[in-house]
Amino acid sequence: PLGKGRPEVNIATFALLFSEIVQYCQNRVYTVPELQNKLSELGYHVGSHLLDLFFLREKGYKREIKLLNMLLFVKSNLWKTLFGKEADKLEHANDDERTYYIIEKEPLVNKFISVPKDKGSLNCAAFTAGILEAILNGANFPAKVTVHWHKGTTFMIKFDESVIAR
Amino acid sequence: MSRQSNRAGDPRKVNGELFTLTYGALVAQLVKDYENDEDVNRQLEKMGYNMGIRLIEDFLARSNVGRCHDFRETADVISKAGFKMYLGITPVVSNWSPAGDEFSLLIENNPLTEFVELPEGHNALNYSNILCGALKGCLEMVQMDVDVRIVQDQLKGDSITEIRLKFIKRLEDALPAGED
Repeated sequence: PLGKGRPEVNIATFALLFSEIVQYCQNRVYTVPELQNKLSELGYHVGSHLLDLFFLREKGYKREIKLLNMLLFVKSNLWKTLFGKEADKLEHANDDERTYYIIEKEPLVNKFISVPKDKGSLNCAAFTAGILEAILNGANFPAKVTVHWHKGTTFMIKFDESVIAR
Repeated sequence: MSRQSNRAGDPRKVNGELFTLTYGALVAQLVKDYENDEDVNRQLEKMGYNMGIRLIEDFLARSNVGRCHDFRETADVISKAGFKMYLGITPVVSNWSPAGDEFSLLIENNPLTEFVELPEGHNALNYSNILCGALKGCLEMVQMDVDVRIVQDQLKGDSITEIRLKFIKRLEDALPAGED
């Protein structure tokens, strides 16, 4: 069943759950990239389930077929529903038409995680990147989403050739 | 239908579905990582426990709940304040034992299990076991040793989810040396 709509839970509940998830993953991997992959996989799982929910509820069964509309949908609707606000920025790379960036100064999942000094590159927003990738792939815009520290957190979306060609 | 997306979220809240699905992703991962359901249950309880011992501080700081004088009061606080604050639900407290040391929390709409179906062959999995761990962790931090178990589960075809809490003993304060 689709449920009634918009249940909410305390941010602390989510934060503690997420931090347990990060610790659990950390105990089973050796390197930072592995950890990020793991988080991204979990995010992917979440995203693939969210996709249908979204299109059913928010878009009245309609799916986006234009790339730009899809990106705008992600930046505003998706972000708002998941994180309570629009993403800060959406940019198109100058040098590569397959690459887009979504920039977020302070992603939800990073709010509560203090990154240990020796793991400086760790970005738990890899989890969000996984969600994003699942949603884009599910909507038939195959892409790879990676996460970087740049002006806050930047999600780099690299679409397949096929997406640009059409 | 765009009503939802036009509203700015409360900064102290997150989307419940994000929470539900994130929990689901975790359980799915654990099911993959461990060989049997009992191990998954144990791991969930452990994670819940870790959450509980941190959650209680947040709870005590944010609510004006003083010390509970008996287990009945504890039960009320757990359901009306604790569950309400962290999961947005208020379980019904019932099935008291005559001695007043055991009760049940009855949950009708378990936010953890929305969209969930247990896969075949996982009959021993207590999907919501993280709640047991969290309750145990919280109560331990206020000097109560309590046994917490899921005795009925909607995912297993029961009409309601029931968590049974049994008071075992009061934990003595372990004071640091030199203080009393």
